[in-house]
Amino acid sequence: MLEKNNLKAWLYLLPAIILIGVFMVYPLVDVIVYSFEESYSFVSQSYNGIGLYNYRFVLRDPYFLKSIKNTFLVVIITVPLSTVIALLMAVALNSIKPLQKLFQTIFFLPYVTNTIAVGLVFMIIFDETPYSIGFANLVLKLFSLGPIDFIDGPYAAKMFVLCFYIIWVVMPFKVLILLSALQSVKKDYYDAAMVDQASKFTIFSRITVPIISPYISYLVITGFIGAFKQYNDAVALFGTDLDSQGMNTIVGYVYNMLYNETGGYPSYASSAAIILFVIVLTITVINLMVNKKVVHY
Amino acid sequence: MDQDYKKITKASQVKGIVRKVVTYAFLGICALVVLFPFYWMVLTSIKSFSDYNGEMVPKLFTLRPTLENYITAFREVELGRYMINTVIFASVTTIVMVIVAVLAAYAFARLNFKGKDLLFTLFLSLMIIPNELVIITNYVTIVNLNLRNTYTGLIVPSIMSVFYIYLLRQTFMQVPDELYYAAKVDGTTDFNYLLKVLVPIARPTLVSILILKVIECWNSFVWPRLITTNSKYYLVSNAIEEIKSNGFGRENIPAMMAAVVIVSVPLLVIFLVFRKQIMTGVSRSGIKG
Repeated sequence: MLEKNNLKAWLYLLPAIILIGVFMVYPLVDVIVYSFEESYSFVSQSYNGIGLYNYRFVLRDPYFLKSIKNTFLVVIITVPLSTVIALLMAVALNSIKPLQKLFQTIFFLPYVTNTIAVGLVFMIIFDETPYSIGFANLVLKLFSLGPIDFIDGPYAAKMFVLCFYIIWVVMPFKVLILLSALQSVKKDYYDAAMVDQASKFTIFSRITVPIISPYISYLVITGFIGAFKQYNDAVALFGTDLDSQGMNTIVGYVYNMLYNETGGYPSYASSAAIILFVIVLTITVINLMVNKKVVHY
Repeated sequence: MDQDYKKITKASQVKGIVRKVVTYAFLGICALVVLFPFYWMVLTSIKSFSDYNGEMVPKLFTLRPTLENYITAFREVELGRYMINTVIFASVTTIVMVIVAVLAAYAFARLNFKGKDLLFTLFLSLMIIPNELVIITNYVTIVNLNLRNTYTGLIVPSIMSVFYIYLLRQTFMQVPDELYYAAKVDGTTDFNYLLKVLVPIARPTLVSILILKVIECWNSFVWPRLITTNSKYYLVSNAIEEIKSNGFGRENIPAMMAAVVIVSVPLLVIFLVFRKQIMTGVSRSGIKG
């Protein structure tokens, strides 16, 4: 048993407690208070009353509803797609010997890029301007399609680019996690299956996937959370004025309410942030409940 | 009998080759998709302004590379200053974060005090709080303290990371108790034990955390954007965003791409040098970045 060392321990913890207290716990309480204070003003630091007005306002704001729609679309498209593609890539990587390290390194590159900066490259690739059709349309032309303006054009095209870029950005993390999961599977299981003459597909679906299912579930959960908080990638592609582009996300709505030309409404921002938090929490709990049934630990 | 055996081996060999070809082709395509944006940004950055704008259909290579865009990027926008700002921001934030986290993790892993379990549970539960929720009040706090457009305002709220405290505590816990008792018998103070024994043992974890935090800082966008209105304090992400909307004008895309290359290079270099630490760090801790 260790001796009790109250004072010393608290001294060690003091810097962390101060920082967490001031910049995490206090804001958490504060944001809840803000969200119920009606028409709180930055300048006078006063408010009219307490109630659900802010929530009602936000939930009726067409910009917020548009943001919700965009965010849910992003989540529904990118989470399953990126997980499946990452699984395919990890399995392919795991099955080769020569060049494995090289491919692994290449696939990890997007993790260490500045998403705002590389988003600009994606914008250039997909943009169609009066003086350049852009690379994406060059490819489409080969199939006699297009030209489509992916950046200022139809909604579906913009959504496609956004999802494409998000998947490009999240892929390295997923591939890495799944590959190390695959590498941790003991060879004995495969040997046993070989003796039973199981087909490759059977081995994959009956042995590999169940064994690595905890990792898959971790990726799905963090994937959901990350996709719900999507903002940076959208800004990188479409600029900071996401509302006028019709491509805003929930987090983008929060920041617009707080800052920007439309900003100065911390109460609305708080309500929207809390709505987002409730959504994410609900989805995560549902995820965990589903996982309990499906995942083999 | 012998013939059948040969037939079967041959068939399985063919199957194996086909499978290999398909696998490599698939991985090759994926690699192409990953690498292409990097190629495109470098390519565009070395095309001259008139060349780029003269190509209605973009060319996939250039025979007349030029560095003029890089000069423009540094001259017309204060890219050098933004890079230095980001280096200061990233290094101070990371160093202070590691010191604070090591101290706290030590208390949780090695010291015994009243309310330890309760406090640790509270810390853990904070991990589910998204940054988006607390950033609103933090923004108001910094504005009220008149710390907008200062390094303090940029750095202090960015330091905390509950997750790294947790990760370090786990690492410290793996060190056998005997070492601690032996050190105590020798009259070593707690602080010296932490500094001379635990920190060296936990070095791999610490290095991973350091690098991952630097990457996070280099890429941070929302907080600097809220806190800096004066371009003297811009970080690289703000700078890129600023360049995009006002910088060289929307037309000078080659110069824009040169700026993107300049901003991307430091992280890519760090990655290639610390490839192993970064990849094991990410896979062991499960940090999404």
